Amino acid sequence: MSLSGIGVSPGIAVGPVRRVTRVRLNEPVPASPRAVFKALDVVAADLERRAESADIDVARDVLSAQAMIARDPALVEAIGARLLDDIEYPDVRPDIADAFAGFKEALASLGGYFAERVADLDEIGDRLLAVLSGKAEEELTLDEPSIVVAEDLTPADTAALDLNFARALVVAKGGPTSHTAIVARGLGIPAIVGCDGIMDLADGTIIMVDGREGTVIVGPTDGEVQARETREDSLRARAASVVGPGRLADRTPITLLANAGNAQDAVAAATVGAEGIGLFRTELLFLDRRDEPTVDEQVELYRSVFEAMAGRRVVVRTLDAGSDKPVPFINAIHEENPALGVRGWRLTRTADDVLNRQLDAIALASREVNVDVWVMAPMIDIPAEAAEFAHRARERGLRRVGVMVETPAAAILADKVLAEVDFASLGTNDLTQYVMAADRLDSRLSDLTSSWHPAVLRTIKMAASGAEALGRPIGVCGEAAANPQMAAILVGLGVSSLSMAPIALSGVRVYLAQVDRATCVRAAEQVLAVSSADEAEGIAYDLLGF
Amino acid sequence: MPSQVVTVASTVGLHARPAALLIKAAAAAGVPVKIGRVGEPAVNAASMLSVLALGAKHGDELEITVGDSSDAESILTSLVEIVSTNHDG
Repeated sequence: MSLSGIGVSPGIAVGPVRRVTRVRLNEPVPASPRAVFKALDVVAADLERRAESADIDVARDVLSAQAMIARDPALVEAIGARLLDDIEYPDVRPDIADAFAGFKEALASLGGYFAERVADLDEIGDRLLAVLSGKAEEELTLDEPSIVVAEDLTPADTAALDLNFARALVVAKGGPTSHTAIVARGLGIPAIVGCDGIMDLADGTIIMVDGREGTVIVGPTDGEVQARETREDSLRARAASVVGPGRLADRTPITLLANAGNAQDAVAAATVGAEGIGLFRTELLFLDRRDEPTVDEQVELYRSVFEAMAGRRVVVRTLDAGSDKPVPFINAIHEENPALGVRGWRLTRTADDVLNRQLDAIALASREVNVDVWVMAPMIDIPAEAAEFAHRARERGLRRVGVMVETPAAAILADKVLAEVDFASLGTNDLTQYVMAADRLDSRLSDLTSSWHPAVLRTIKMAASGAEALGRPIGVCGEAAANPQMAAILVGLGVSSLSMAPIALSGVRVYLAQVDRATCVRAAEQVLAVSSADEAEGIAYDLLGF
Repeated sequence: MPSQVVTVASTVGLHARPAALLIKAAAAAGVPVKIGRVGEPAVNAASMLSVLALGAKHGDELEITVGDSSDAESILTSLVEIVSTNHDG
């Protein structure tokens, strides 16, 4: 017998089913109001702790939102209004359910995202009762290597499970971008989502999971297991046969770098063989802060990333606050049009010292580690800004100085802008939205915000030609670099390095190894000549292959 | 008590990260902060559930009121800034 779903993390695993189900307490839970509030505090503190140690951004956001709900004064008030007397109530379940019900109804009636928060409330309610009844910790323990099977796994579930014992994850709900998929890929174990019928299997049933194909085989024979393992191994071998620095089929080197925001990302980048960090986003330390992080705090973060990449290149992007990434203590003024407002390097107009102190911190950290530090500024528009940035960076002993090319002005004037610096990196996400004058976060405009649009590709060509005339290297650090066909087109347009999410790196490496430079250039010429994004993408796939 | 009407800028509305930022800031303000639709009862801006229950969508107008204190105006400015910024992305 077999079941099928969507394979979201490749690999073969065999093992006993371990179903993860929420504990439903069928017996009375006696408690005093004081004990209830104490338990609520335990639940909140536990969620906060898990949020802090969560490896995955999505999990962290969901867990801290849940913690904020558990600490919500309105929730505490609602419970208090139902447990008025300072006595031991024989069963607090109905009162707690009643206190939660009002909020659940209000959220459910709003629909969409708001209605999804009902599940958070249910989870907090379940955890609260579990703590009160002393059954908190036994609920999700894995004591032997198992295949974890569930309706769906929430961030709190996966944070609670000891996933070292998980051989694979199979859930009945969820899609390719669900939390389960992200966690499994992070752990490197097979996973299937949207697998109907999986919850009908009894605990202990031996199953085989093929996370590439999305198939579950119940009670597999040795022959079946061997056949699938052999096929998986050969697929992996093909991917692994291409290792080392990036290069085309004709051996033209293309530097393959990874994007990172912290040391963890940098370690992930090193694991997949990135030749360095092509985009170190430094704003993570600044977001959600009321005060500027100190130079010491900054040095610590920068050094941790440098250490993970010792001996290699790290391209540090200075603070890219503003627009969609506001920093409370800097972006205090309301802007009618923040994407076109004071953001990136333009912050020197309003918070000059913050940028100076950041450059101080980068310079300090770079002296402490043996690493090839490059530094670049975002939202450079005109040659004078490039010159000013280069001056400030070089003054501090930073030798490799560059700019992000993400505005049409910088691309058009690349031969002047790049004369002031040593290198450039195309930020294709912002460049696309500025060339097309279309907000990339507005789903109604999604057809206008494709990097495949010839208007975008011609702008990239203009920037690359400007860089080439001056002999300056130009790379790409936007999402476009992670698409193998687009990566080949970018190479054809004159780009010599690509920086992307670590997970995309090996796919791009394998792909580039089978195309030569002449093919890339020819394909690039053709995509520049068409009039729509769809045509450009179609031509790229036709000429370059899958 | 200073108050100001502000338009929700985040494309997804006032929840997830935008709501979390507002609630953290309101809880840290040290004085009561209320938020609500103009002409309707306001709720505690430090309460995640209450803020979510407003169901505020992109483009909705909300009124923020900060309890009297010496720095009420600056607290108000920073809270208005959070709601009037698009945090998605």
